Amino acid sequence: CFSHHISGINFMILSFLLFRLTMKRLLSTSRSSVDSKEMKKFQLLAQKWWDEQGEYSALHSMNDIRVPFIRDTLLNMSSNYHLGSPLSGIKILDVGCGGGLLSEPLGRLGASVTGIDPLEDNIRTADQHKSFDPVLAKRIQYKSSSLEEIVGESMEMFDVIVASEVVEHVADLEMFIKCCSQVLKPEGSLFITTINKTQLSYILGIVVAEKIVGIVPEGTHEWEKFVPPEELEHLLESNGFSVKTVNGMLYNPLTGSWSWMESTSINYAMHAVKSGVQGQSSPTESLSETESEQRSATAGTSM
Amino acid sequence: TSAAMAAACVRGLVAPLGGRLRARPPAPLRSLAAAAAAAPLYDVVVSGGGMVGSAMAAVLGHDIHFHDKKIALLEAGPRKEYDRLPESYSNRVSSISPGSATLLSSFGAWDHVCSLRFKPFRRMQVWDACSEAIIVFEKDDLDDMGYIVENDVIMSALTKQLDAVADRVEVFYGSRAVGYTWPLPSHSCDTSPWVQIELDDGHRLQTKLLIGADGHNSVVRKEAEIQNIEHRYDQSAVVATLHLSEATDNNVAWQRFLPTGPIALLPLSDTASSLVWSTSHEHASELLSMDEESFVDSINSAFWSNVNHSDFIDTAGAMFRSALSLLKPSGTAVRQLPPSVAKVDPESRAMFPLGMGHATEYVHHRVALIGDAAHRVHPLAGQGVNLGFGDIACLARHLSAAAFNGQDLGSLKHLLKFETERQRHNVSFIAATDVLKRLYSTSLAPLVLLRTWGLQATNALPPVKVRFL
Repeated sequence: CFSHHISGINFMILSFLLFRLTMKRLLSTSRSSVDSKEMKKFQLLAQKWWDEQGEYSALHSMNDIRVPFIRDTLLNMSSNYHLGSPLSGIKILDVGCGGGLLSEPLGRLGASVTGIDPLEDNIRTADQHKSFDPVLAKRIQYKSSSLEEIVGESMEMFDVIVASEVVEHVADLEMFIKCCSQVLKPEGSLFITTINKTQLSYILGIVVAEKIVGIVPEGTHEWEKFVPPEELEHLLESNGFSVKTVNGMLYNPLTGSWSWMESTSINYAMHAVKSGVQGQSSPTESLSETESEQRSATAGTSM
Repeated sequence: TSAAMAAACVRGLVAPLGGRLRARPPAPLRSLAAAAAAAPLYDVVVSGGGMVGSAMAAVLGHDIHFHDKKIALLEAGPRKEYDRLPESYSNRVSSISPGSATLLSSFGAWDHVCSLRFKPFRRMQVWDACSEAIIVFEKDDLDDMGYIVENDVIMSALTKQLDAVADRVEVFYGSRAVGYTWPLPSHSCDTSPWVQIELDDGHRLQTKLLIGADGHNSVVRKEAEIQNIEHRYDQSAVVATLHLSEATDNNVAWQRFLPTGPIALLPLSDTASSLVWSTSHEHASELLSMDEESFVDSINSAFWSNVNHSDFIDTAGAMFRSALSLLKPSGTAVRQLPPSVAKVDPESRAMFPLGMGHATEYVHHRVALIGDAAHRVHPLAGQGVNLGFGDIACLARHLSAAAFNGQDLGSLKHLLKFETERQRHNVSFIAATDVLKRLYSTSLAPLVLLRTWGLQATNALPPVKVRFL
């Protein structure tokens, strides 16, 4: 097993990270999903979002698989759409939108996108980048905010929530999911892409990606915060979601491109659907209930 | 030697990646935001409304994923459309390959061509003036090998299909671009990320992707500072519309390599053919100025005369041919005789200089070159416009996929994929055509022998023959 192969240095790094995180958990008092330490890391990189060959190049190329994934899943679920504007009429919330890397393609496909990010600098970059394209400027709205802050004014407002490369930075994952459920319409879709918490994801996702090859800015990720798909699935199912798809993702640093793979041991994408009626967990149950309602109603009138 | 030259040519034809992302001078800061706000923004602007530019705009306009997009086509000349077909044939014709015909039918233009005027051909006979060697191209299933279509007919069909998508494609006739301003690859605050185009009438446009289809003297290519490897051949092409001595099936395209250059007869109808004669500048001027009878005589003599044969070559060729027929009995083709010409259409004689060119880069950030703007080739293989249509099919495929993925259309990522695919295809073709041109421009015995045997061997080997197409 891999544990035998972790070198002494890696063990030291890991234990140092654990120590830092433990201290932070003790000192942190806010019950928000936003982590201020995380925010500081991203502040420095706010200007670099739109350089396709820069620090965020891996996120740019991730669009090549995550946009078709979202698009095709939604097209398969809908019966009337136009291939020229496949996401037309769909309201999407992009949580942790950063500089708008994912919001813009979704907007180009016709969706009405609301992008939120706790970091003002990111929102400023995103707003400025979309401003030159009048079509996008109208379709996308950015707001500097955390997810909790918009829950009150956006109950059941969105058809789709996209949380891509976000949940591994979140302080309280369960609360994050609960908030998603609140702003999502019944039977709305939730798309998550994130990193698994395995030996492999530590070696590849942090040691190689950040420290050796440098495809991810150093310090971006903390292995402790990585979320195994089983844990995510469990949290989703116990908060009114039904997980439909889980797919592993693989990044090839030589070509700079992403592809799908069977194994979810490093990166993965998940699609979940919020249950239809409050308190119901399966469509067949809700159907039988309405049937019995109708029967009792007609029974009353036939008298 | 020509082979070494061609090899050096190929090496120099493709540029390294380095300079593509270098910052260009930024758009001036003064009130650019205000000017940019006024200038309409297009998703794609095609500069150049010839056959290739118009077809590019039409293909995108008919693409389902471009349903919501705005496309503009800039053409310096007037609108070209036939209400009625003129009786006489135009002297500018193109040989359309089956692949190009498929592209044209994909957006409904081929139907218009069929309803106007075109001539399919089944066979192509190519032979040498200095020997008996011939090579015959034909498809096994006797399908059409290609189509001879007047350029005006193609333009008319394209104009009709552009009209059909007028809500998506705006055509600016009589418009010439006089200035381009290029954006920085990853822009900062004040500079517009789009390409700015200034027209001669003062109008300004902005676009996310500029496609240069403005011919071998491309302004887009020059303004983008893309290096072009070019070479003027010491030849001009003489074109004319000819009438045959007697009506015939006329479904064969003929080409004979003379020491001065290839002469080709392309079928237009059962009684008419189009002439494309590549020869020295002096001879071309002579041909244009001589009277019609002498002109017709020159053509017939060029196809029929054996004055360039030498006994040595004839014997060597005959020996090789009998050797071949032992190895491969079916490998020697039956020589057909080309038709003889009776007269030439008055006013149909014209000449234009020939050259070769290849852009070292086909794409920059937000810019792509297609057709003759990217590559210019000798007409001896009759493929010039087909290479351009091939560019269109490839670029349209990449842009359509990019649009369906919500991507920025001007992004180098997919533009580079287009460039790699097309350069791989075009460079070898252009180099081979160049080598052929040089190889056949001589009557030196060793080279004639080489190409004689080469031609005979190629004719006997089906797989090699098909690859020429």
